[in-house]
Amino acid sequence: MTATTSDRDPTLHLIGDPGEATRAANRRERLARILQRGGAFIVLIVVTLLASLVFGTRFASIDNFLNILEASSFLGLVAVGMTFVIIGGGIDLSVGSLLALSAVLAAFGSQYGTVVAIALPLGVCGLIGLFNGVLIARARMAFFIVTLAALLFARGLAFAVSNEGNKIFHINEDLAVIWLGQGSVAGIRVPIIIAGIAFLVGWVVLTRTRYGMAVTAIGGNEDAARLMGVPIARVKTVIYLVSGLLAGLAGLLVAARSSSGQSTIGVGLELQAIAAVVIGGTLLTGGSGSIAGTLAGVLLLNVINNVINQVGTLNSYFQQVVSGVFLIIVVLVQRYLSREQRL
Amino acid sequence: MSATDLAPGRRAIGRADVADWVAARGVYLGLLLLVVFNLVFTPRFVEVDNIRLQFVQVVPVAIVALGMAVVIGTSGIDLSVGSVMAIASALLALYIGYGPLVAITIALLAGAAVGVLNGVLISRFGIQPIVATLALLVGGRGLALVIAQGRLTEMFDPVLGAIGSGQFFGVPIVVLIALGVALVVAVLVARTTFGRYVVASGGNPDASFLAGVPVRRTLLSVYVLSATLAASAGIIQTARLSAADPSFVGNLIELSAITAVVVGGTPLSGGRVRIVGTLAGAMLMQLIAATLISHNLPDSVTRMVQAVIILGAVFIQRPRIAA
Amino acid sequence: MTAASVGETVLEVQDVSKRFAGVVALDGVSLGLRTGEVHALVGENGAGKSTLIKVLTGAYQPDHGRIVYRGEPVTFARPLDAQAAGISTIYQEVNLVPVLSVARNLFLGQEPTNRLGLIDFAQMHRHTTAILQRYGISVDVRRPLRELGLGMQQMVAIARAVSGDHRVVIMDEPTSSLEPREVERLLEVVDLLRRGGVAVVYVTHRLEEVFRLCDRVTVLRDGRLVHTGPVADISRLELVSRMLGREVAEVARGETRFSDRKTDQATQPILRATGLTRRHVLDHVSVEARAGEVVGLAGLLGSGRSETAKAIYGAQPLDSGSVEVEGAPIRPGSPRAAIAAGLALIPEDRKAEGIVPMLSVRDNIVLAALPRMSRAGFVSERHQDAVVKGLITRLRIKASSPDQKVSELSGGNQQKVLLARVLCLDPRILILDDPTRGIDVGAKAEIQMLISELAEQGMAILLISSELEEVVEGSDSIVVLRDGAVVGQLRAEEVSQDGVMGLIAAARRESDSLPASGGGIEGDATEVDGHVGD
Repeated sequence: MTATTSDRDPTLHLIGDPGEATRAANRRERLARILQRGGAFIVLIVVTLLASLVFGTRFASIDNFLNILEASSFLGLVAVGMTFVIIGGGIDLSVGSLLALSAVLAAFGSQYGTVVAIALPLGVCGLIGLFNGVLIARARMAFFIVTLAALLFARGLAFAVSNEGNKIFHINEDLAVIWLGQGSVAGIRVPIIIAGIAFLVGWVVLTRTRYGMAVTAIGGNEDAARLMGVPIARVKTVIYLVSGLLAGLAGLLVAARSSSGQSTIGVGLELQAIAAVVIGGTLLTGGSGSIAGTLAGVLLLNVINNVINQVGTLNSYFQQVVSGVFLIIVVLVQRYLSREQRL
Repeated sequence: MSATDLAPGRRAIGRADVADWVAARGVYLGLLLLVVFNLVFTPRFVEVDNIRLQFVQVVPVAIVALGMAVVIGTSGIDLSVGSVMAIASALLALYIGYGPLVAITIALLAGAAVGVLNGVLISRFGIQPIVATLALLVGGRGLALVIAQGRLTEMFDPVLGAIGSGQFFGVPIVVLIALGVALVVAVLVARTTFGRYVVASGGNPDASFLAGVPVRRTLLSVYVLSATLAASAGIIQTARLSAADPSFVGNLIELSAITAVVVGGTPLSGGRVRIVGTLAGAMLMQLIAATLISHNLPDSVTRMVQAVIILGAVFIQRPRIAA
Repeated sequence: MTAASVGETVLEVQDVSKRFAGVVALDGVSLGLRTGEVHALVGENGAGKSTLIKVLTGAYQPDHGRIVYRGEPVTFARPLDAQAAGISTIYQEVNLVPVLSVARNLFLGQEPTNRLGLIDFAQMHRHTTAILQRYGISVDVRRPLRELGLGMQQMVAIARAVSGDHRVVIMDEPTSSLEPREVERLLEVVDLLRRGGVAVVYVTHRLEEVFRLCDRVTVLRDGRLVHTGPVADISRLELVSRMLGREVAEVARGETRFSDRKTDQATQPILRATGLTRRHVLDHVSVEARAGEVVGLAGLLGSGRSETAKAIYGAQPLDSGSVEVEGAPIRPGSPRAAIAAGLALIPEDRKAEGIVPMLSVRDNIVLAALPRMSRAGFVSERHQDAVVKGLITRLRIKASSPDQKVSELSGGNQQKVLLARVLCLDPRILILDDPTRGIDVGAKAEIQMLISELAEQGMAILLISSELEEVVEGSDSIVVLRDGAVVGQLRAEEVSQDGVMGLIAAARRESDSLPASGGGIEGDATEVDGHVGD
């Protein structure tokens, strides 16, 4: 791409410094960026250090850290997809149900071998994700209605397959698919590795590819993006397709980890994923966010969960309250920092 | 842009008109067809007990849907209703020792407080309704579970018992309460300045502001109303079960309520509230579930059918884009 | 690419017409754009500028006529097609993605990639820096666009627009929200484009820019082309009169003013707005109105006339200034307080700020007066029906019933509904922002009659209109605005079209050397009137 004006006449002096009005906004902008990019990491480090001081090796041990990482890997996979959805200006409420559906289908499919155990859940979840995407991007239906309906549908399907939740399918421990949940490479469990790869790929796609740029642009200003030639419908459809696939993958790993598929798991997971993404600095209004922040958000939620479990007196539901409060605070801070000065 | 650019052309009755009619009145047709179907194919459908059961079961969704309809009228949404029900339920169990009146009052006040929080986040801080109420959806149920320590608490209070399973001339008290609430909301929407402000704020907030409508105050009130109604639904549900079960009460009710509202002909884009349609929508969804169950189709299928219906209803109502 | 030879016609509009639901938006407009020229497109509200631009960019299809681009007839199905062909548009509001970096905005969809298909940011940033430097901009291209001032955002939009093979650039009021220094920069850049052989369509309402920057000017009015020619051949005053000139259909009403009242200038003003100021919008605007007086607010689009109206009504944020009704100050920033003090406003944009489309005629009429039509929060249907029916009859609103949805009415009847809404309030001061815009002649005359009638009954009225004639004929005195400031006031006998045009057209700087006063104006104006009037 080259500009057409072949004019080389340097009659224009260079200007660079922004006007007085924008300077204050810039300071706020910089603060916002620091908080947005680093906030979750800073809190994560502080909480980890505090917990290490208070609980000593009960918390700060390699084993416990690996446990936290493993617990984070399932939410992490879902959160990577959710990061793209939210940056693109939407929300996917169906991921918790899709995870359960996938686990059930994986366990159900395992009686026909490893290939079916993998292909069936991923295929069905991908299909539902695709359907979400088409309804939202092509038929322009409200994303929360579409994904809420998908939430209901996927959970219903999971119950239908498992005889209203009464039948729990078990996966034969000899099947190769078990390795996905229980195997390890160089001492690190496979779900952690898979989630790590997902974060890495997600980071590269979001920050280094045209697709990632397009997602950000759509979330930032959909009308402008359309005028700038971004294929809105296609990009959006893929966002929800991938979100569905990642939720399916997470469900598959959960099934392999527990050698079974239960239809009741993953309730409220979508809310945890949203909380992790938003705590990680992604704007709920879309257009800005980072995969690294999401990683910090996921780890933070799981560290807090781990800590709450260490403190015997707090019950585990406290974590939901913490997530909700975090969500409100982060959204308010984002709102305050991103308030643009209007003329 | 010139003022006339958006004037739609008039055509003969087309697909769009049919869709409009179905969107606005289809719920009654659906209800009629469903009743006829049941009269013919479902044994014991017209028995008093069965009819009473259908009405009792629809009450919580209907009450929540009434509040949701008003919220949607302002082109907002309230996803926190299920969590509010859980909070109300947990508080009811916690304070029942001080007598039912105190406990009920506290539960209602807690609901209103959540509504104030929602409303302030939305009307003062300009946070989108879906985001603000989502945060309460996450945190609210957690809070309820913390209050109840995650346990199911059984309650044997005569007043609650009367509310839950009492009858008045054969009509269950909960149904009477629901009818009373519906009447109040209907009057509020149709006969008061508040009702006009709701639809005006939803239909064109800028014009409403210029016409002196207190848009912010209206938004705040709407979320308080919705949360208070949700709290009363939580109380009713708890009374009916004689137990507070915060992990179960109101689960996914936001979806059922939105479905009832949308199926009943209130567009998600705001500017209109249909009270009778909303009640009919709630009844329709209830009857569908009952019909499926009485024909031995499991709960899971009911969910899937509900999902399909809501998508269909929203699909018909979605804003059509000019070429 | 080699610069095309200057003066060759690159884009031609041939006899294009476009109508919407019976209303003519463009009527047989023909226009040729040459390479290396800046072509000003001017006109008031509803003149057809926006429609013409949308036809050029493929957002609308013309009903009649055709577009010839580089010697061949073309049809653009959507804006992207026009863009791909080399016609790009820069909108009033910058249409970029503010949260993305400058470089990403410039390259969105065309990012340079390496062998792995990943974006090569180093190269992208280098290119962006180089491109922007050609426009005299030196910024950190990795920073989000929104950190830049609006002017520089505009520049990035231009840089994006003219990348690749773009030969035509359409700018829709690019300076309307810029600070003076940014305007200078933008004008320099437009000049740069011209020298690079680009044809620029420059939509503006600022005469200074037309005369300083543009080579030719086209004036649209009521969807018709009323003038096109070199800027050098037209005087400032001629241009203003062609933009504001009278409408043929209105001649029937004759020369009589629809206001013949004599207000006593000695009485105390009922409305006193003092020193209304908002950075880059209003500059110490003061307006007074007496009971029974019609005060016109004249000025071109963007002169601050609508902003003044909204500021008085409490709907425009102010840095300083006060509004008093009968000596009592009104709480700023609250239309509700303004209404309580006896003010009422009919806003300029009927669709966006006036009607609530899904509500009935009745509900729209009573919306503002609800508090006084209800008891303890309950609406009194009977009281309401009586008022609504009375107003429907009095204003001759053509609706099938009070229950009809207001969006189903014609523009003129919607406007009458808004009039009915403010009449319900029984205001002492009525602000009308372009009340007859885009409505049919019959409704227009009725509304003008009504304005006069209301003033005779003792209401103070502030009147804004896109048509100079309407303001001049309807007003007892006129406050003339330009660039957000009052440039003069005409009272009683001084009120005339020539007087207003003289004030609007008066040069801001001496260097612009244009007739500023005296007989020259009158002579020119009469001539123009005669020319346009037939």
